[in-house]
Amino acid sequence: MNYIETDGVKIVLRNFGKIDPLKVEEYVARGGYESLKKALTAMTPEAVIEEVKASGLRGRGGAGFPTGLKWSFTKKDADQKYIVCNADEGEPGTAKDRLIMTGDPHGLIEGMAIAGYAIGATKGFIYCRGEYTTSINTLNHAINQARENGFLGENLFGTDFTFNLEVRSGAGAYVCGEETALIESIEGHRGMPRFKPPFPGGAGLWGKPTVVNNVETLANVPVILDKGADWYKSIGTEKSAGTKIFILCGNLRNTGALELPFGMTVREVMETYGGGLLTGRDLQMVHLGGAASGIMPPALIDTPLTYEDLQAVGQGLGSGVILAIDDQKDFMSYICSNTHFFEHESCGKCTPCREGTARINEILHRIAAGDGTLEDLDNLKDLGEMMQISALCGLGQAAPTPVLTSLEHFMDKYVEAVSGKKNEVNEEAVATEAIHKSYYEAAPIKLD
Amino acid sequence: MINLTIDGKQVQAESGMTILQAAKANGIEIPTFCYDPALSKAGACRICVVEVEGARLLAAACVAPIYEGMVVHTNSEKVQKSRRINLELLWANHNQDCLTCEKAGECKLQELCYKYGVTESRFEGKKRNLPIFDDNPFYIRDYNKCINCGKCIRACQEIQINETYDFVDRGFNTHPDTAYRVDLMAKESPCVFCGNCVAVCPTGALTSKINRGTFRTWEVEKKVKTTCTYCGCGCGLELNVIGNKVVRVTPDLSGTTPNEHGALCTKGRFGFDFINREDRLTNPLIKENGKFRKASWEEALDLIASKLKGIADVNGGNSLMFLSSARTTNEENYLMQKLSRAVFKTNNVDHCARL
Repeated sequence: MNYIETDGVKIVLRNFGKIDPLKVEEYVARGGYESLKKALTAMTPEAVIEEVKASGLRGRGGAGFPTGLKWSFTKKDADQKYIVCNADEGEPGTAKDRLIMTGDPHGLIEGMAIAGYAIGATKGFIYCRGEYTTSINTLNHAINQARENGFLGENLFGTDFTFNLEVRSGAGAYVCGEETALIESIEGHRGMPRFKPPFPGGAGLWGKPTVVNNVETLANVPVILDKGADWYKSIGTEKSAGTKIFILCGNLRNTGALELPFGMTVREVMETYGGGLLTGRDLQMVHLGGAASGIMPPALIDTPLTYEDLQAVGQGLGSGVILAIDDQKDFMSYICSNTHFFEHESCGKCTPCREGTARINEILHRIAAGDGTLEDLDNLKDLGEMMQISALCGLGQAAPTPVLTSLEHFMDKYVEAVSGKKNEVNEEAVATEAIHKSYYEAAPIKLD
Repeated sequence: MINLTIDGKQVQAESGMTILQAAKANGIEIPTFCYDPALSKAGACRICVVEVEGARLLAAACVAPIYEGMVVHTNSEKVQKSRRINLELLWANHNQDCLTCEKAGECKLQELCYKYGVTESRFEGKKRNLPIFDDNPFYIRDYNKCINCGKCIRACQEIQINETYDFVDRGFNTHPDTAYRVDLMAKESPCVFCGNCVAVCPTGALTSKINRGTFRTWEVEKKVKTTCTYCGCGCGLELNVIGNKVVRVTPDLSGTTPNEHGALCTKGRFGFDFINREDRLTNPLIKENGKFRKASWEEALDLIASKLKGIADVNGGNSLMFLSSARTTNEENYLMQKLSRAVFKTNNVDHCARL
């Protein structure tokens, strides 16, 4: 497991490598479950939500929605509410949630219990990626320990608050990282997203008000309650408070995951912690945030890694993966592997995504093979823009982003591909298994 | 009531309505594929997308709730472009045999492609290549024409409550099929061949086998509203007639019949071939000297009345028994027991459904 140590402040990885994750007493010795105790015995649920709101914490799953606000939107009156942790972590190249789940599982459990108290949920589910067997085992072990030690169960810390947790395993579908498809999956249905509204906060799991938060988001919560919103807000930037786990991968000297305050530029992170590119190679592009995020040209790598700065240049932070691609990688092959991924992962529910991802992939392959035309480029743009505004869920809306952003920044490569010589497409490189393999080889941390 | 603006028109609609319902209530049509008022909502086909001012994304009108002050454009350039691309995508992955398709003339895909001027697709390429399922006497499933609206699945789950289908495969290859992909006739299949899935299918994916290839949908001259005679439920039917011949049965969707949502059973929907058969009994027969001869209704009823009365006069009413039929209405069954009890003073009355 390649974890890159930094000098700066750590929040979600504060205990990583410093405790034995299988021993609850080591977590407690470092102040663990004190924040839960504080919340239950000294704070009202509203006060917890206000504190999280004031901290500026935003969702770490990719969308960056303010967490406190999401909690406050949860329907008030209900006989049952749920807190669900999205631990499906399907974004290619991303392995941040796994670090938390395997390195500090109690941090997540404590965060969930506090979130449950804040929104009035007595039951939580952790929907964990099925391939993460170590994470699932670690979490189950930690949940049992927490229950035995009175951190989960009935009448926690002598209050009337009851909270229980269960781990549910995914079965390999990327779309189950979308919160409503995840809920469908927990309910035992085929993993297909629901239309919104109603949002989960109104009617989610089994129709009950439900908050779905990412692992990294929830792992921030105990620290916010412990050190206060003001302290938390002092880290990072004004609109991107706190820290983020970034994952360096691709053609860098050093790859791995690291926790950094928001605000460093892409270049700084790649050079300081990634060691830069191999000698004699130039940066071709950076794929930032995961498969569904934009392709960043070298001209933009001085953009700070914050929600607001990236948004201003038409990019996104996504899951925090920084995939550097040097000039040795064939541009079209990379784009094709990305479009193939989305064709493979579309659930098939809505027309724009089901048909659109397949056609984008088909056109890209045609272009890569040297059989493309300039009209193909127009068609890609038309189709991609239609998907962005018409698809049912985030998957279909975001799937064309790499193609559209690369059309914007790398039009010369497309024009060259459609007007020039016939190219050899490495079919093997874009076959499903090969793609998954290449993504995970690019990722610093091997699968469990 | 909620005040909103649709296509520049100030309108009012009931709170809780969707954009689609509010538009419809105000005479504005929005195209749909996966929407059916009788079924749960899917929001999946995205053909009903509309532009809502202030929203980044287009909204699916069939599921998006209205709110006070909402400004909706149901036919803006952005909306039309999205719908056209949607149709191009469906058309590119469609078995384009409109010339011989049973559904031609009633196909929703055909209708909308016509309306939006989609004569060809820019996205032609691979197509699904699925087998055509001809595994039962009633209908054919050709998912190469399926647009994945999912209405057949929901009709089976929510109207018939048999849960025969769900989606199988993923992405581009997604289509409805049975659990474990068994034939509809297989004993593991819960299908009862009610055909409610066929009735809701917007394309030629699910089509009836009865009179297949013998008429075009637009040749139907009249639709005669009638009541199904198979049982006492009294389902409303429309007999589709060409040249005094019933070519198919469709449900009466007027909402005034007992079969809610136009649900029919396999008999009511597919069991009409007897109507035009030559050996169909069309008048009463009286047996004389071991041979039947044709008689008028008056003569037959007079004969029955006199015989019954004669037996009752000699041996009493309890020497008779009245057996009624499931193929008559409740009212007729009521009259039968009235005849038995009040006229012939006997409780010997029963019904074939108890046998």
